[in-house]
Amino acid sequence: MEKGLTNKKFSAGNFITKWGTIITIIIMFLIFTFANWDPDTNSSMFLSSTNIITILRSISITTIIATGLTFALSVNGMDLSIGACANFANTFIMTMFVWYNLNIGLSIVLTIGVCLLIGVVNSILIVKFKIPDMIAALSVMFMFQGVALTYSKGGAITERMTRPDGSQAPGLVPDAFRELGTQPWIIIIMLIVVAFAHFFLNYTKHGRYMYAVGGNPEAAKLSGIAVKKYKILAYLMSAGLASLGGICLAARVGTAQVSAGDAYMMPSVAAAYIGFSVLGQGKANAFGTLLGAIMVGLLENGLIMMTVPYYAMNIIKGLVLALALASTYAIRKHNK
Amino acid sequence: MEDMKLEMKNISVEFPGVKALDGVDFTLTSGTIHALVGANGAGKSTLMKVIAGANSHYSGKILLNGEPVETRLPKQAKNLGIEIVYQEVDTALIPYLTVAENVMFNIMVNNAGKKQLVNWKKIKQEAKKVLDKLNVNVDINKITSELSLAEKQMILIARCVIAKCKFLILDEPTAPLSNSETIELFRVVKELASEGVGVVFISHRLYELYEICDLITIMRDGKLVIATQLDESLTQNTIVEYMLGRKFEEVYVKKNCGIGETLLEIDNLTEKTNMVKDLSMTLRKGEIVGIAGLVGAGKTEFCKTLFGEYPYKGSIKLNGKVIHFKNPTQAVKSGFALVPEERRKEGVLVTDPVYSNISIAAMNKYCKFLSIIDKKKEKEDARDMISKLGIKTPSECQTVSLLSGGNQQKVVIGKWLNSEANIYIYDEPTKGIDVAAKRDMYELIEKLALKGCGAIYATSEFDEILSLCDRIYVMYDGRFVKELVASQTDIKELLYYSTGGR
Repeated sequence: MEKGLTNKKFSAGNFITKWGTIITIIIMFLIFTFANWDPDTNSSMFLSSTNIITILRSISITTIIATGLTFALSVNGMDLSIGACANFANTFIMTMFVWYNLNIGLSIVLTIGVCLLIGVVNSILIVKFKIPDMIAALSVMFMFQGVALTYSKGGAITERMTRPDGSQAPGLVPDAFRELGTQPWIIIIMLIVVAFAHFFLNYTKHGRYMYAVGGNPEAAKLSGIAVKKYKILAYLMSAGLASLGGICLAARVGTAQVSAGDAYMMPSVAAAYIGFSVLGQGKANAFGTLLGAIMVGLLENGLIMMTVPYYAMNIIKGLVLALALASTYAIRKHNK
Repeated sequence: MEDMKLEMKNISVEFPGVKALDGVDFTLTSGTIHALVGANGAGKSTLMKVIAGANSHYSGKILLNGEPVETRLPKQAKNLGIEIVYQEVDTALIPYLTVAENVMFNIMVNNAGKKQLVNWKKIKQEAKKVLDKLNVNVDINKITSELSLAEKQMILIARCVIAKCKFLILDEPTAPLSNSETIELFRVVKELASEGVGVVFISHRLYELYEICDLITIMRDGKLVIATQLDESLTQNTIVEYMLGRKFEEVYVKKNCGIGETLLEIDNLTEKTNMVKDLSMTLRKGEIVGIAGLVGAGKTEFCKTLFGEYPYKGSIKLNGKVIHFKNPTQAVKSGFALVPEERRKEGVLVTDPVYSNISIAAMNKYCKFLSIIDKKKEKEDARDMISKLGIKTPSECQTVSLLSGGNQQKVVIGKWLNSEANIYIYDEPTKGIDVAAKRDMYELIEKLALKGCGAIYATSEFDEILSLCDRIYVMYDGRFVKELVASQTDIKELLYYSTGGR
């Protein structure tokens, strides 16, 4: 880096990098608002309060899982097992209710406890055996996709299901638990998770240490930071929040379909990566992740409203994601 | 080879707010070795980047044999026969390719033309030929990442030779090299010069310039100070004065720091994989103990072992109590501080601001309820440290990567000062920093000793060790081979023991 290049230098590139995500969200918002304009009522269906709440509700699970991933990304890791973890949590908590008739509190604690094991396995593979993060978590993903399927004997978990031995499952899903999956609760849970992660990463020493580990593990270690401990913590956070996402999924749907949680991996990864650039942070951050998830959610909702055929939806989704990421990475290269 | 003359006339380069180069003239002719010196930030590298085509927005004229030429792109420079070997050799090499492939890399990429197949036999033959010519004994089938730094440098020089370069720029080539490797490099460079290559040689080690260079250009603050013949009539002292623009006391004389009781006792320290063996030493309060050794003697390994980075056998006693560190975290808690050799890689968090670098080893000081950071106090302390250590930075929020090497090093020391460490381990702390910053560093180290801290100072710069340390352990091949009192020894003796003499 040459001297004299100050941080404050203004350039179009920097501006786009910093505000790109937010601008994209605003543009999308405008497009969808006017594309869904109803001249009879002189209002937009997209802009209706019910629809906004629908969007928030639909992104809440993605956001919770992506926030967990944000922790893994903050130590420069990568956790691809989050989808499998959410899925396992989803299956597990339903069996707690349906098979074993346990109460809500115990079921949630047990589920999160069991899912933290996934974080432990990740940590062992990554910290102890030094397998590159992405591949380690990928193998864990396969492992626990299998574990979830085996545990549920390959079927969905529903109330009054017939168990493999022919008997009928005794338990019901408590109404209070289902309530958690509806608004405003699910949105509140999401906001609490994001606020917690934001607070943790930005205002506590643990967050500072995690970013230091992610930025330069060697320097962090030689400054006395327990690098391994913080990597483990990051993967535990990731698994913990992914399982919370899975629990919310169970609460919202009321059943555990086969591999239902797996579908959340890619949107979560996208949300967390889009979040990197928000306000020029240049690193994984909770607020950015929330915006990333909002962007993914807006896109999905807006496209459905515009009655884009479902089979063509992924084309547009992929394109917009690529564009958002391009604004982050393509222009950033001279900062390195 | 015909005689060629490369002239740079009135070259200026401006970065926003700063004139990095201000009307500099520089002339390089075939067959000469031209030293280019200056303090950090004087503009040496920027000037060289201009003729190597790595800086497109210069103003001024460049003439080759009187003909105006342009070097706005690396390719233009290469076409004129100008090649540069940057200080960071690893950035120019592809680590998992073989030596032969790396030597022939540019040929393979640029001269392949329409050929789709690689003629391995020819590639290997030519690589072997050029390495033989340079008298470099490296197996061409070896994977490049397994080579030593010196060997990697030779590969890059070989690459330039293959390109039939007429002008070769070496940016601080000797900084990471041991003495024997430096001698080897000089031999190669002299040979190239005798074949008519014009060489620019950038170095902070002034004494070695006399051995190899014919001409010298001194720069300061982006301007040319003087360009002249380099011979004994131009003393090192004079060169330093030109570089600094002021008088400079040559020999740094250490103050008496009042040595106290024993702080640290190391007995038969052996690293688990035997990188260092049977090391015994003592360190007292206020004492600066030097570890003298050439590159590869095991100094860094010793420092890191002591800091808990590598597992070890043997005993370490701190204030009479036996301690055993399993990791650096424990070492830091016991008041140890390491200023590592690889500053950017291991010392600072380059992408973070100055203030968080200064606080990172002492976070508990700034944490209250729920580990929440008191940012205000953190920044306040950082500002204090900045003024105390004279760190040149616009504010405590500046990203560390934008500071110069010397200032980055001060940030590292500031970090440990802030953590109130009392045993400082310095590993080549003055590597790559300029004369004035070095002096600041000595004063800082001494101040800490005056406060009663103990310091272990590992370096291959023997004149530094002699002027700064009280006692010296000479290291060779992973062992301490001799203990000396600094005031009763000299460079010759240090060199004798550190090259394996008994």
